[in-house]
Amino acid sequence: MNPTDRAEHAVDHAAAAARFVADDARAHWHDQALWWVRKKRDVASSAVPDWELLRDAAAGIKAHTLSRLAAYLEQFEQQATSRGAQVHFARDAAEHNAIVHRILSERGITKLVKSKSMLTEECHLNPYLEARGVTVTDTDLGERIVQLRHEPPSHIVLPAIHLKKEEIGELFHAELGTEKGASDPKYLTEAARGHLRQRFLEAGAGLTGVNFAVAETGGVVVCTNEGNADMGTTLPPVHIACMGVEKLIPRWQDLAVFTRLLARSATGQPVTTYTTHFHGPRPGGELHIVVVDNGRSRQLADPTFRRSLSCIRCGACMNTCPVFRRSGGYSYGWIVPGPIGSILAPGRDAAAHRSLPFASSLCGSCTDVCPVRIDLHHEILAWRQEIVRRGLLPWPKRAAMKVLAVVLRFTWLYRLAGWLVRRVVPLLPRGLVYGRFNGWGKQRELPPMPRESFRDAYRRHRART
Amino acid sequence: MPGREELLAVLRRNAPRETPPPDLSRLGVKYADPLEQYALSLKGVGGACLRAADLPAAERALAELPACREARRVVTLVPGLGQGNVDLASLSRPHLLEGLDLAILPGDLAVAENGAVWVDASRLHHRAVFVITQHLVLVVNAVDVVHDMHEAYARLQEQPIGYGLFISGPSKTADIEQALVIGAQGARSCTVVLVG
Repeated sequence: MNPTDRAEHAVDHAAAAARFVADDARAHWHDQALWWVRKKRDVASSAVPDWELLRDAAAGIKAHTLSRLAAYLEQFEQQATSRGAQVHFARDAAEHNAIVHRILSERGITKLVKSKSMLTEECHLNPYLEARGVTVTDTDLGERIVQLRHEPPSHIVLPAIHLKKEEIGELFHAELGTEKGASDPKYLTEAARGHLRQRFLEAGAGLTGVNFAVAETGGVVVCTNEGNADMGTTLPPVHIACMGVEKLIPRWQDLAVFTRLLARSATGQPVTTYTTHFHGPRPGGELHIVVVDNGRSRQLADPTFRRSLSCIRCGACMNTCPVFRRSGGYSYGWIVPGPIGSILAPGRDAAAHRSLPFASSLCGSCTDVCPVRIDLHHEILAWRQEIVRRGLLPWPKRAAMKVLAVVLRFTWLYRLAGWLVRRVVPLLPRGLVYGRFNGWGKQRELPPMPRESFRDAYRRHRART
Repeated sequence: MPGREELLAVLRRNAPRETPPPDLSRLGVKYADPLEQYALSLKGVGGACLRAADLPAAERALAELPACREARRVVTLVPGLGQGNVDLASLSRPHLLEGLDLAILPGDLAVAENGAVWVDASRLHHRAVFVITQHLVLVVNAVDVVHDMHEAYARLQEQPIGYGLFISGPSKTADIEQALVIGAQGARSCTVVLVG
């Protein structure tokens, strides 16, 4: 067993997806909502004449960066420090959380406003801080909605995509005192605006994620549409920016490539509303940059799965994925769901997330839309092989594979098996054929058994001509 | 810091064979009329573009806007434009800007491909002004409209790098059932005046 195969409780994607699709109308609604975003992405990307060249460039920049990550990290640290930022290093989630808490507690700060950061979700920062007396407010509207519901985000860009406006209306009625039964998005957004402004004004520090960290200049770049990261970093005097080490890019000029790709891929916008570049703290303020490894350096060593470190978290692979759209973000049981999550999650804990690489039709649509050209469906397939190699496949599948391997090894056995199946299956009672071992028969009928094998049909055809 | 040394060592040990950085010189988009494209892009992201021959003309155009006509507390950092009555330097804390109706700020350049304006916010006495204001007017010289982000970042590299941002239209969200709502947390409207 690999050291990462230590899961206590495994995520069962298929079982979770079955619960999701049990509400047929809602599953279709979710599917259509995401497909609409995918179509907006298509319109935006096709309006850019050099789109494919941009993807090539982005993939090239990321590959180059990963090949010199240590050097760029040193350069970034040196530049950022020279501009007055304090750079911290965390080997894992526990160190990351402790660093953030120390920064807050040393300054007596008990109120933190956060803009979207998947890294802090990955590290479970919120419960860690709340247990230590810090009030944490997620300020992205979607994030605030799921925080008030005590849920994780179901999508990395659209955290509340699984919810209907009526549910949000009820939530806001209970939590923010909006009118009962009101569900107009404009009205609800206005209520959240007022509520969040109060939180921004009271906060002692603002925490943000990082979209890009530029080695050449020592700056970090944060992209939002709502402006919540800007509210959270311009009002409180302390800014904490948390980044995975893979967020580094070498040059200032590289930002042009990624800012052209990110929002178009994510939501079909030509660029995010606010693209903010931080170099050092503001006068009289503090900028802390926390650089986190948490398994990323280990992934770097793996030639098969290294490329998925290039991910810029646009969410395009989720919006296009036929499985994600029809099974929902929660069915993946990991903070980053969808195709990219199906690669990243088993990399952290293969046993716990062994079902995720099978949550794919391997259609390759994710690979087609990925702005940094990650070979997503190839890596998902490679993970399936890895799951088998590590002995993590559940026993029915393992047994079926063993039987199949023997049958396919001997021609006579294969022919005999075919003959048997063609003759025996039509005679079996329905309850047996569509029993619990036949996952394929759950929502579909098996085709009628052919009377002869392909081999026989071919021979007959040849004899006639 | 033990974490730092360890991380750098592991990153070195696990690094793949070095690949060269790509050539970015073939990238970019050029428009026949970048100003017209700029106005189109800005409209697409929920903003409005005004053209004015000079500052007095810009002043007259702004006077027509309800957001400007109705504004009571106003910051203007563009000399000769708008009736400013809030002095940023006189405020001890950025929090006192809550309730600001209008900010009129200079932009260094505007990007035709996406409607964005670069604001060098390190020059602002209180950085919050661009996002806390209810309505935002950005003023850019028409000659400073560039085609795309490559051109924008190349131009910005020539000035000292500090704190700055691209603003593309008003603050917005679609987090409730994908319904677009303008005015999420920052400015409810964004008007860009191209002068000259």
